[in-house]
Amino acid sequence: MKPKQKKTGPGGWIFLLLVLAVYGLTAAIDAEVATEALGFFGKVMHTVLPVLVLVFVLLLAADLLLEPRWIRRQLGKESGIQGWFVAAAGGVLATGPVYAWYALLKELREKGMSSPLIAVFLYSRAVKLPLLPLMVHYFGTAYTLVLCLYLLGFSFISGVLIKKLL
Amino acid sequence: MLRHRLTQSLRKTTRTFVNLLPIILGMILLTSLASTVFPERISADLFGRHAALDALIGASVGSIAAGHPLASYLLGGELLKSGVSLIAVTALIVSWVTVGMVQLPAEALMLGMRFAIYRNVICFISAIAVAILSFHTLQLISQVQ
Repeated sequence: MKPKQKKTGPGGWIFLLLVLAVYGLTAAIDAEVATEALGFFGKVMHTVLPVLVLVFVLLLAADLLLEPRWIRRQLGKESGIQGWFVAAAGGVLATGPVYAWYALLKELREKGMSSPLIAVFLYSRAVKLPLLPLMVHYFGTAYTLVLCLYLLGFSFISGVLIKKLL
Repeated sequence: MLRHRLTQSLRKTTRTFVNLLPIILGMILLTSLASTVFPERISADLFGRHAALDALIGASVGSIAAGHPLASYLLGGELLKSGVSLIAVTALIVSWVTVGMVQLPAEALMLGMRFAIYRNVICFISAIAVAILSFHTLQLISQVQ
């Protein structure tokens, strides 16, 4: 059975229009802040573009290669403890801004990924592997280790709570 | 057969991506505006009244902050230097990467409003819990050593 695909609708465009309205309002109050923010936007776009390409490739790969049955088995309600670890590892390895991953998670959910595992994935993104040396530099090795362990532990707790609440 | 499937998948992925585009653009615009306005508003003066209150303020600041996690390390390091408690700084760093008030509209649009609200509330509370637990664990470790 093919899962139903939910449409996002015009919500995204309305959201963009609202944000542009906020910019218009900001420019009316303080044009310098709006210009500075637009400059910052340009810089962020420059760094986000490669991640977006990666997300596009992953979306395509997920659509081509991942069968709903496989997703349900690995990351669905019946995936067991292994699914939780797969989601946590995926979150730790995921790079780039979180909103770039929403589309992939939405796609995986439509194919059978459970909401608690999406929560685990999103929480475990807090462990930033490439930034660990910098965290050690600022806060020390013991702090970094302790924090990362708690973050991983709490990623599972967030999944359990989402399971209970939804 | 394979070419047909690839074309179909490419069409579907492009459609998903086009739907995602206004959300991503809106998110980056909003994040840029928040990052521009935010540093001017934050000050170490916010902290220093009570450990629990500091943790709450730290988690709140981290929740509305947007930007690269590296910025939270820099800010956290500066706050630590100016005497802000490790609990508050940890709550800020954790909520910075787990809670996303700025990203909430995008998360709600893609993953559902209930899921987004529940997840962010859980992450906000857990940022405070992680901060307190990390602080006391580190104290315990230093006592053992």
